[in-house]
Amino acid sequence: MSVLDSKVPKGPLKTKWTDYKNHIDLVNPANKRNIDVIVVGTGLAGGSAAATLAELGYNVKTFCYQDSPRRAHSIAAQGGINAAKNYQGDGDSTYRLFYDTVKGGDYRSREANVYRLAEVSANIIDQCVAQGVPFARDYGGLLDNRSFGGVLVSRTFYAKGQTGQQLLLGAYSAMNRQIARGKITPFNRHEMLDVVKVDGKARGIIARDLVTGEIERHSAHAVVIASGGYGNVYFLSTNAMGSNATAAWKIHKKGAFFANPCYTQIHPTCIPRSGDYQSKLTLMSESLRNDGRIWVPKNMDDVMAIREGKKKPTDLSEDERDYYLERRYPAFGNLVPRDVASRAAKERCDAGYGVNATGEAVYLDFAAAIKRYGIEQAKIHNITNASADKLYELGAAIVKAKYGNLFQMYEKIVDQDPYKTPMMIYPAVHYTMGGVWVDYNLMTTIPGCYAIGEANFSDHGANRLGASALMQGLADGYFVLPYTIGDYLSHDIRTGKIPTDTPEFDAAEKEVTDRINFFINNKGEHSVDYYHKKLGKIMWDECGMSRNAEGLKKAIEEISALRKDFWKNVNVPGTTTEYNEQLAKAGRVADFLELGELFAKDALVREESAGGHFREEHQTEDGEAKRLKEFQFVSAWEYKGEPKDAVLHKEELVYENIEVKERSYK
Amino acid sequence: MNLTLKIWRQTDANDKGKMVDYKVTEISEHMSFLEMMDVLNEQLINKGVEPIAFDHDCREGICGMCSMYINGEAHGPDRGVTTCQLHMRMFKDGDTITIEPFRAKAFPVIKDLVVDRSAFDRIQHAGGYISVNTSGNTQDANATLISKHAADEAMDAATCIGCGACVASCKNASAMLFVGAKVSQYALLPQGQVEAVDRVKNMVAQMDLEGFGNCTNTGACEVECPKGISLENIARMNREFLSANVKG
Repeated sequence: MSVLDSKVPKGPLKTKWTDYKNHIDLVNPANKRNIDVIVVGTGLAGGSAAATLAELGYNVKTFCYQDSPRRAHSIAAQGGINAAKNYQGDGDSTYRLFYDTVKGGDYRSREANVYRLAEVSANIIDQCVAQGVPFARDYGGLLDNRSFGGVLVSRTFYAKGQTGQQLLLGAYSAMNRQIARGKITPFNRHEMLDVVKVDGKARGIIARDLVTGEIERHSAHAVVIASGGYGNVYFLSTNAMGSNATAAWKIHKKGAFFANPCYTQIHPTCIPRSGDYQSKLTLMSESLRNDGRIWVPKNMDDVMAIREGKKKPTDLSEDERDYYLERRYPAFGNLVPRDVASRAAKERCDAGYGVNATGEAVYLDFAAAIKRYGIEQAKIHNITNASADKLYELGAAIVKAKYGNLFQMYEKIVDQDPYKTPMMIYPAVHYTMGGVWVDYNLMTTIPGCYAIGEANFSDHGANRLGASALMQGLADGYFVLPYTIGDYLSHDIRTGKIPTDTPEFDAAEKEVTDRINFFINNKGEHSVDYYHKKLGKIMWDECGMSRNAEGLKKAIEEISALRKDFWKNVNVPGTTTEYNEQLAKAGRVADFLELGELFAKDALVREESAGGHFREEHQTEDGEAKRLKEFQFVSAWEYKGEPKDAVLHKEELVYENIEVKERSYK
Repeated sequence: MNLTLKIWRQTDANDKGKMVDYKVTEISEHMSFLEMMDVLNEQLINKGVEPIAFDHDCREGICGMCSMYINGEAHGPDRGVTTCQLHMRMFKDGDTITIEPFRAKAFPVIKDLVVDRSAFDRIQHAGGYISVNTSGNTQDANATLISKHAADEAMDAATCIGCGACVASCKNASAMLFVGAKVSQYALLPQGQVEAVDRVKNMVAQMDLEGFGNCTNTGACEVECPKGISLENIARMNREFLSANVKG
């Protein structure tokens, strides 16, 4: 039987968290001064955790590979953050946010964790407003909301199309206050390359200074991994170029189980790829689906004419367009969850209706919204008999106020004006629901090692709803970890400083140094990117929006062969004692080459469709994901050397407060 | 298209550094400027030449990591974009492009085109925050009404990405647009009032300590700012600073 203990407290769902907090051990303020905590990653989860832990009195060290904590990739989140405030009076509640999240995750998340997330969500908004985060407001001075996919209420708070930026700068400002007090010591342009265990507990890390190349030892009483997701295993994703899974993978290799790696989110609205040189994909926020309508032409003749440049999308009448989401899912329309919207786009493009040269694009059209807002504005401003041009001008101004930065971004990349012609979009890898397995305390299977934010697996099941990543990152960092970590650290008040001149640190450092030296001395044939691109292609082709047993078996073999070739033939220029981006990247790609294989293995074992994991063998008659009761568990993988040897542990998922149903958005 | 690139190479902070010419071939007009740099680096690695170090991360114009002074302009010839959003369609086949790091005394070069902008962080440590604990025991978010106008203006200031283009573009290497943006964000909001006096004084003092120059109102920073941060923010900071010193 499984060794996994989720440590979910007993008692009714609604009072679990409060009761639990009332009974866990605390550390007195004087003792907190003697306890050190390492936080790896300074995005929403890491930044908020570091600030809060420092406020509580712990000595915190933060590590990030960027030149400043403010640049973590949380900054690129666009649309918003969910919170069950019910400011709109549209029937929202903690339970409804909980319910939407579990359903949206296709009944593959842990009930108690999700309820806690919904419970603390409202407080996040209070907190951020107090920090000076300039959320959008209405003319009465109250906070404004918008809607996101998979829900029927407006609970998303936003700051233009830069919500992630503003929330991250809020967490960064909270960190800065603690840095000024000396409670946080930031190590920027540093990368964690291993965790150090002493007597089975996480007691420190080995880090590399990315500027000097120096290898450093850092000890602590607990280590928090907040290093984000592993979307870059696909090479092309909406992640930042530096986003990587190395910290998460290193703790996995030292004993932390890795959960549900096959659950990845392919986001429906991204700018389509244009060529082989492409280095990353750009997201167009889900908030655009509030006002944008998605379509492809109904007739193949029109598709061909558009591809050949003989027709423009604006030439097509309403009758000639197939608003396929509105057609297939009348209840949710363009606001179905991401996995459903992505698959529907793929279905149309696979059927030949893609509207660009590669055949991999659909339209996201704002003409109707511009018209609707124009008429509304004319009424508000008492303009009668407004001309079509005037209505367009009034409507476009509203759309600009809501999504201006996104439209500008699109125009710069694609060189087309989305106010005048529909955007072209296609799904792209965006987020990973899978990650390090954690219990209710957010502790991994290594005592004293925690994983928070996108790096863990617990809240989003098989599919994350829009605007929930920011919510989870901040919930973990501000409101959950600071409580639960105290329960563990209360046993460390007499431990004293952890020394770094011990055999455990020696061994971990040697392992890191050997690997770095290997890369530099290997002088192989191919660059790191050569391997990363090849891995990305295998992942996208076989582990993308739809998967089947044959393809997954092929992927496992191909990745394994590619990994062998990498260790033989990789070429890393430069030296170990300087700023060397290729060297840093080599280590990250080496880890992706292992993670990718485990990913495919996990997808092969999960013989059902759930959320973002779509197995072609398991679908309903109309092509929807078909879940199977016997797979209502978390797959948590234990490292045993090669990915093929990984051992599967199952955490059964129990739903006591929610009825497990066929997920329907029709 | 084929291009000639004149690129600043410098092994580390102590090296004197020099411009080196490179030819790069098979560049598509749809590439971003950094994708062009990727192509060049891949070509260099395959030739056994050390690739050019440059900062980059999100590649969608929001993280502020990328820099580069291209043909005499921070983030290159396009307006309202960072280098990662600059596209090669802004250039022609056969062009010669000069690429340098952001230059300022307060931004020492780390390697090639990578500079150290930690001075910006230290200015933020000096006062770029509101002293509120993250305990969650704050008042309801809607308890204080904030006019849409003030919230929007604060948001405009808060969109600064801290890239340093303002400093690189200023003949005095002044950081006043960067500091003014942060001071303004809080000055425009009720939450920022309590600490307004200390904030502006401390941030300005740290800015001076880091070796940034003064503002002489040439406005180059506003022109080159990829996020369109307005000069009004400098004026607002000056007003805050003056009033803080009168209040003592």
